[in-house]
Amino acid sequence: MFGYAILLILFMSMAAYFVGRVSAAPFAAAGGSHSRPIYHGAFAAIWVGVPAFILVLAWVALQGPLIDRLLVLSLPAEMRSVSAAQLSLYLAEIKNVAAGMIFAEPTPAIREAAVTYERWEWLARWAMLAAVAAITVVALFLTRSRLAPRFRARNSFEQVVTWIMIFCSVVAVLTTLGIVASLVFEAARFFARVPVTEFLFGLNWEPQIAIRADQVAGAGAFGAVPVFTGTLLIATIAMFVATPIGILTAIYLVEYADDRVRVVVKPLLEILAGIPTVVYGFFAVLVVAPAVREAGSLFGIAISPNSALAAGGVMGIMIIPFISSLSDDALKAVPRSMRDGSLAMGATVSETMTRVMLPAALPGIMGGILLGVSRAIGETMIVVMAAGLIATLTINPLDGVTTVTVQIVTLLIGDSEFDSPKTLAAFALGLVLFIVTLCLNVLALSIVRKYRERYD
Amino acid sequence: MADAALPSSIDWSNDRTVARRRRRHAAERRLRYYGLAAIMTAVGLLALLLTSLIYNGYQAFVQTMITLDVTISEKYVARDNPREGNYRLVIRDSLRSLFPEVTGPADERALAQILSSNAPYIVQGRVLDDPSMIGRTVPITIPASDPFDQLNKGAVRRASPESERRVTDKQIGWFDRLDAEGRVAKPFNWGLFFNADSRLPEMAGLAGAITGSFYALLVCFLISFPVGVAAAVYLEEFAPKNRWTDIIEVNINNLAAVPSVVFGLLGLAVFLQFFGLPRSAPIVGGMVLSLVTLPTIIITTRAALKAVPPSIREAALGIGASRHEMVTHHVLPLALPGILTGTIIGLAHALGETAPLLLIGMNAFITQPAGGIFEASTALPTQVYIWADSPERGFVSRTSAAILVLLMFLITMNAIAIYLRQRLERTW
Repeated sequence: MFGYAILLILFMSMAAYFVGRVSAAPFAAAGGSHSRPIYHGAFAAIWVGVPAFILVLAWVALQGPLIDRLLVLSLPAEMRSVSAAQLSLYLAEIKNVAAGMIFAEPTPAIREAAVTYERWEWLARWAMLAAVAAITVVALFLTRSRLAPRFRARNSFEQVVTWIMIFCSVVAVLTTLGIVASLVFEAARFFARVPVTEFLFGLNWEPQIAIRADQVAGAGAFGAVPVFTGTLLIATIAMFVATPIGILTAIYLVEYADDRVRVVVKPLLEILAGIPTVVYGFFAVLVVAPAVREAGSLFGIAISPNSALAAGGVMGIMIIPFISSLSDDALKAVPRSMRDGSLAMGATVSETMTRVMLPAALPGIMGGILLGVSRAIGETMIVVMAAGLIATLTINPLDGVTTVTVQIVTLLIGDSEFDSPKTLAAFALGLVLFIVTLCLNVLALSIVRKYRERYD
Repeated sequence: MADAALPSSIDWSNDRTVARRRRRHAAERRLRYYGLAAIMTAVGLLALLLTSLIYNGYQAFVQTMITLDVTISEKYVARDNPREGNYRLVIRDSLRSLFPEVTGPADERALAQILSSNAPYIVQGRVLDDPSMIGRTVPITIPASDPFDQLNKGAVRRASPESERRVTDKQIGWFDRLDAEGRVAKPFNWGLFFNADSRLPEMAGLAGAITGSFYALLVCFLISFPVGVAAAVYLEEFAPKNRWTDIIEVNINNLAAVPSVVFGLLGLAVFLQFFGLPRSAPIVGGMVLSLVTLPTIIITTRAALKAVPPSIREAALGIGASRHEMVTHHVLPLALPGILTGTIIGLAHALGETAPLLLIGMNAFITQPAGGIFEASTALPTQVYIWADSPERGFVSRTSAAILVLLMFLITMNAIAIYLRQRLERTW
């Protein structure tokens, strides 16, 4: 029905465009009209299309929750006076019955509600189409009545377009607000059950708690320190792999490589950067982790199958092109006069690089490394596939550790209740992740910017 | 006289200076070799990654198929109700006619294990397509089950002890007889592209994942392209330079570096919980991906708009165009190649994005391709994740093959972007 509504809006807008254009044609022919006929058409089309489009979006967004609300109110009183979780189960059952998926024999009240639900759904869908038709027709008549030779159709049209563009550029801000609001809101619900101090300083992380009373599971512990140390351990390993390789690659490409090498190596690095992280994750599981284990057994060391070393090492490979391209930019931004001056004084290329270029480019490179760290902390798929699930408090890279992102994904994957501390914990971890990466990014960007201003 | 001013007293050939020069040159060479080694490492790792994928994955592009002469007897399949027929017995009889010496339920079961356990449904599908088969004997090609597929591809070593493989010596003997009769073939595995997901490796395909990814990318494009271009045009061409637009700019730059899993949390909390949109549906996936790609598209579009020289704008304004006309008639068409390139690259990133899709449930087990953007589906990268988690041997090569398919799509998209950039972009 959503698709039909959009089609209807498109059709009515096009109709409005032609109506506007045709009715404005005589103005132009008579001379002295303000706007060309196409602007009269565009004015009509945009005023017919945009309000109806907003109506449809609002309708689709609100229809579900509204019908749910009405449905709950229509249930018998004794069914309504239960917990929110039970109520949502009822709703799910009603919808399943309405869709014809009957697993167990439903109670008469549910059956009745299913019929009501189906009727309301049907009503809502047709009402939306009717409302769209009505609003477009009314808008068409209203806009048509405003068209006149001296009417500033172009200005009005451009004004609406400007407002649409302003809205679009605010979407980014709305996204950030949405992220912050949802994370803070859910995390607050989590911290209402688990104290903040326990979460931030507790040493025990066992989130797999019982959802039903009869399940056998741990009592639940939400001390996130082992998760944080695991994240830092893997990120550190990744940076130990990525930083030297990335910076040396950049040095070679900037100072030593001729164009033939550059033409080959740059696209290869871009390929390395463009490979989806799930592919790196599979590579870690398939090749790197077994290889690390083999190497360990050669020396008689027992290495966990999901060791931090394998996950961190592969994550390092992923970050190499990132570090190398940012270091490349930083080195290229060093004024040529400094390099030439050093070479003219008789320094070798490597002396120029280590004594002049690298110190000058250091802020930019540091910024790149910080962005790399932020990447490593936020990277998800590699660690979900290659790192462990159990939070151990260790700095031994041969052990299995878990990370913030792994915990977020494992806590939320599959169907789960939205009220248990287990799922809410994921949002608390998400909040920490968001704040930490945001701080790193802001710091890195400000370092890079300050440095750039100095040399430009 | 001038000679005296030169520091000719320095002796460049004594041992100390020679040693120092040598040391400095050695340091020079060292840095050069370190750089070369770093590049070699990076390129070598890329090569290792691609080779291991191709080595593991190429086998999945062919599939062992076994052709049987199947008699669709009326004893098992009624003419008026072919859907309800007992196709298991149809298969059993056709195997019996090939191997009359195999008797006893245990052996018969072992024999049937050579075929995919989906075989009865395949025969059923063929009969439903063409009911005139009932009562006749027709050759039907059926995929071999995963262990025999691996055996035929050489992944299972015959020399290894019987207890270490999933196929018994007896079964290998039967399989070799089928092979000798020319009933075993290894054609291109079209099922990989046209089948949906399955628990059986030999039946599992990417059709559901490809349609899911297509729908999600479509939604992503329909949202992020217009919104991103409109936002970029506003910020670059219309916005006054004040604190408000500064906030928007900083915001976009920061959003570009937010981990994608956080966008998944946003999708889960807002789109699924608050607005009640369907779980696992490509529309939600596409909306989340559009938020992920939006900053990229805005940033590249702004770069493309910046590259259009101001003289074009001044000329348009000078002959009486309004600012909107100047943008739509002159600046945007000139910036379009750059904008499209950025959009395609952004979409390619979205195609490989996995973590946010996991959080909104696009990793469900779904056995038919989605019929629309509101139906549950998987996507290519989440399919890779699901298969990578499956224990069967056959799924290792399927996963590699799925990754190769994903990389093929990515390479195609990037190639289009590069082509557009080289063909259409003008330098001023």
